[in-house]
Amino acid sequence: MDLNLLEKAIAIAETSLKPDVEEALRRALEVEEDETARANLRAILENVEYARKAGVPMCQDTGLHTFFVEVGYDFPERHRIKEMLTEAVRRATKRVPLRPNTVNPFTGENPGDNTGRHVPYIHWEFVEGDALKITLLPKGGGSENMSALAMLRPGDGIEGLKRFVIRRVAEAAGKPCPPTILGIGIGGGADIALELAKRALLRPIGERADYGPAAELEEYLIEKINSLGIGPMGMGGKTTVLDVHIEWAHRHPATFPVGLVFQCWAHRYATVIVKGDRIEVV
Amino acid sequence: MELVTPISEEDVRRLKVGDVIYVTGTLFLARDEAHKKMLEEGAPIPTEGGVLYHCGPVVMKEGDEWKVVSAGPTTSARMEMFEYDFIKRFGVRIIIGKGGMGDRTQKALAEFGAIYAAYTGGAGALAARAIKRVREVHWLDELGIPEAVWVFEVERFGPLVVAMDSHGGNVYRVVNERVKKVLEEGL
Repeated sequence: MDLNLLEKAIAIAETSLKPDVEEALRRALEVEEDETARANLRAILENVEYARKAGVPMCQDTGLHTFFVEVGYDFPERHRIKEMLTEAVRRATKRVPLRPNTVNPFTGENPGDNTGRHVPYIHWEFVEGDALKITLLPKGGGSENMSALAMLRPGDGIEGLKRFVIRRVAEAAGKPCPPTILGIGIGGGADIALELAKRALLRPIGERADYGPAAELEEYLIEKINSLGIGPMGMGGKTTVLDVHIEWAHRHPATFPVGLVFQCWAHRYATVIVKGDRIEVV
Repeated sequence: MELVTPISEEDVRRLKVGDVIYVTGTLFLARDEAHKKMLEEGAPIPTEGGVLYHCGPVVMKEGDEWKVVSAGPTTSARMEMFEYDFIKRFGVRIIIGKGGMGDRTQKALAEFGAIYAAYTGGAGALAARAIKRVREVHWLDELGIPEAVWVFEVERFGPLVVAMDSHGGNVYRVVNERVKKVLEEGL
């Protein structure tokens, strides 16, 4: 495992928007007719291009760092992963550079290096084999502030979910920096629904859920939400979401948890795969 | 249209919702903590005719100079609790942020002559390109980088869309009303 490469992966995520997201923004510009909506989308696209070329963070809110780690049972350096990820965040903070974003909730003190208690947070998953896959998701505060959990009554069901999600999007309006990507997690428990919602963000734009009814619900929500007219930056227009991704788990008979995570248009993430001597950033 | 600081009341009274403007001159940054501190202790810089920017930047020290790396707007709604008093006391003419503000701010814009202009959220790299120099920074040790009061020299900072004007115009209210109507009809 190479610390420089982990640091580079953070830099890539912060400075280069994924091609699928950029492409979706370009399509939005083609669709929009409203002048303000078009001005916002043009500024976004110009910003994306400039950030990539200049190698600077596309947004000044460089986020709080979360890692999704899939580690093979036989991956040789398991014990070093946490320490290396933390160190990579520290280094990237200085070199990219990133904004120091970790604040002690009691004292307001900021260690200045984007690390702290439980930060960076690591979601662990153990899998067969000897490879390691790390996906990093630095997430901004503006969109995260709009995220929500609903413990619906089972009687509310999927119809209740639709009402909750659409109302929440309407309430959030321009605050999460639309056009956004929504992650929705259904079932499990309160924590599981929200974790699934966050994981759902990692699916490429345009890719539907692998379960028919979930895929249909995604399409329904995309259409309904985009008909609200919130538009880029909440200033009116046809593009409020670039995509909606749903992940689900079975639920307890008495509960119907729905986690909703907003991601701003600056959907920054990168994946590092380590297998033997081969390391690549995707 | 390009506006040069300091900005007069007459300049901002002419502006209407939907106008696109660029600012040249100086602007100062204040987020939650700086708003609170300025209202408690007074401003560390001249503010009359000034431009207030809701932003917590990414900056880097090169020798003795600060360099701005990325500096897009933060969510303005968080500052709603301070803004009426802030505009009244400090005489700022333009507030730049994202997402819009509430009724009390709208009232202050009309009463004291100011506008709220939206900068595209997340466009931090583009914003930094228009920032030519860091002139000063105040309360850095106490508040930290994102919350400190930074003073930037800017050249054609924008495009900024006038989203709330001094005549009661408000683009977010128009959009919200439309959204509400769609919700009532559709759900």
